[in-house]
Amino acid sequence: MHPILKLLVQRIALSLLLLLAASAMIFIGTQILPGDVAQSILGQSATPESLANLRAELGLNEPALTRYFDWLFGALQGDLGTALTNGRDIAESLGARLKNTLFLAFWAAVISVPLAIFLGLLAVRYQNRWPDKLISAVTLTSISIPEFLIGYVLMYFISVKLGWFTSVSTIYDSMSLGEKLSAIALPVTVLTLVVLAHMMRMTRAAILNVMQSAYIETAELKGLSMFNIIRKHAFPNAIAPIVNVVMLNLAYLVVGVVVVEVVFVYPGMGQYLVDHVSKRDVPVVQACGLIFAAVYIGLNMVADIVSILANPRLRHPK
Amino acid sequence: MRIPISAVIGLFFTGLYFFVAIFAPWLAPYGMTEAVGDVWEPASSTHWLGTDSIGRDLLTRMIYGGRTTIWIATAATILSFATGSVLGLLAATIGGWVDQLLSRLVDLLMSIPSLIFALVVLSVMPVTITVLILVMGLLDSTRVYRLARAVAVDINVMDYVEAAKLRGEGRSWIIFREILPNALSPLVAEMGLRFIFMVLFVSTLSFLGLGVQPPAADWGGIVKENKEGIVYGIPAALVPAVAIATLAISVNLVADWILNRTTSLKGGRG
Repeated sequence: MHPILKLLVQRIALSLLLLLAASAMIFIGTQILPGDVAQSILGQSATPESLANLRAELGLNEPALTRYFDWLFGALQGDLGTALTNGRDIAESLGARLKNTLFLAFWAAVISVPLAIFLGLLAVRYQNRWPDKLISAVTLTSISIPEFLIGYVLMYFISVKLGWFTSVSTIYDSMSLGEKLSAIALPVTVLTLVVLAHMMRMTRAAILNVMQSAYIETAELKGLSMFNIIRKHAFPNAIAPIVNVVMLNLAYLVVGVVVVEVVFVYPGMGQYLVDHVSKRDVPVVQACGLIFAAVYIGLNMVADIVSILANPRLRHPK
Repeated sequence: MRIPISAVIGLFFTGLYFFVAIFAPWLAPYGMTEAVGDVWEPASSTHWLGTDSIGRDLLTRMIYGGRTTIWIATAATILSFATGSVLGLLAATIGGWVDQLLSRLVDLLMSIPSLIFALVVLSVMPVTITVLILVMGLLDSTRVYRLARAVAVDINVMDYVEAAKLRGEGRSWIIFREILPNALSPLVAEMGLRFIFMVLFVSTLSFLGLGVQPPAADWGGIVKENKEGIVYGIPAALVPAVAIATLAISVNLVADWILNRTTSLKGGRG
């Protein structure tokens, strides 16, 4: 087998294994408390009858292993169970919300990725001069403030003081794309700011790393122009680390989305998850956790696959 | 030895925050849960930062809030470091299946975003400060483990460690007297970054309503309590942003300084 193909198959198999293990972790994570789920949902004052009823409803009388496999096989077939709080099918409620979350994350990515790469290049071009220092200072500040506070700062100044956008990002299916985009302008800005900082820092580091290597110096010494050095030598070698940076940050976006959705009351997965954590609705939490973990592991896998594909040393086996 | 100005500023503010956190009950002008005025009064000479959503003095809430946030973050950081570095050093010195087992377990824990995993666990756990510290500290120890292990693997092959082994020293001597002192500086710098991460983490959890429970104050909770004011143009919810950002930036400056200092001493990191 071609070595690249072999590496790819290995990497995909590893991700599937990780996902399986992650699903087990999420399941165990909801079983580790001293009492059981039913007790913690109903509280200390629950009557024995209601406890027994809830235990039966949750299937807690079965052994944990059986419950795990039931849940896992259900999830594989798209059956995520029913919510405890309203008895509705979780997969159904999740569908629309997942779509909304992806919509939000998609636009945040579309804006932040090119911007981060551009600013990263700018920082390298003007290394240790004022554009670089300004960019570093802004990134340091923005990674020192949690997402939700950036959200409220923007909401306060842009939507309340200036009145440009609404402070609550409700979207409906009947809205046109333009209306939807205007509604999500603020959350997208927050996500962009959060991811931009990390992405820019890492892009800068990745390109600097390439620029300091011996072959760039050789190219400089043999008199190539700056443009040609970047086009022929730096860029092909910087693609892999940059794509890696982008993917890792998109994975980071997954977490940012949870908080930002709560701030802007956006009807997505994150808000759904947080709501049901406080209601102790375990099946919903497990389902959301599994989906978030799957997206996260998937993006990390894509990052690795891209760097495997972009590595020229692997393309020409000896 | 000259201390750069950025590190002085960092040390000063970090020190100030810890001082305020420790002496909060003596410094706070009012009681933590005492309603002393109208709802969302603007800043005045009696209430320097105004009042909050139910008429409590905001400065008092911020001081007590800082105490809670910093105490939880510090405890979680210590737990994370104690667990992560001991396991990391053990994995590096013992090697073999212990190393494999621990490293794969850490890979697995890191394959789920910590916020998501914390939410999953908190959906069944009672939300108390002890549980928060345990969950945050243990989830974060994975990162410390990776760093400690990587640093220790490098040191483990140094001549002086070899010499200690040939002298017949035990494993605990090797770990605590030979490796740990030499691995300390990257670990201490990392500690600053982990501490900031913990401050952000606990604030986020409290903001989501899954961290410190009212009426106790903490910075994330203060945002949650006052967020409705934002749409009326009342900036009370933004005050914690300033506090968190200054604390985080100051600790960052100190950590940078420690790292640079050790790098220039040794001519290389690790």
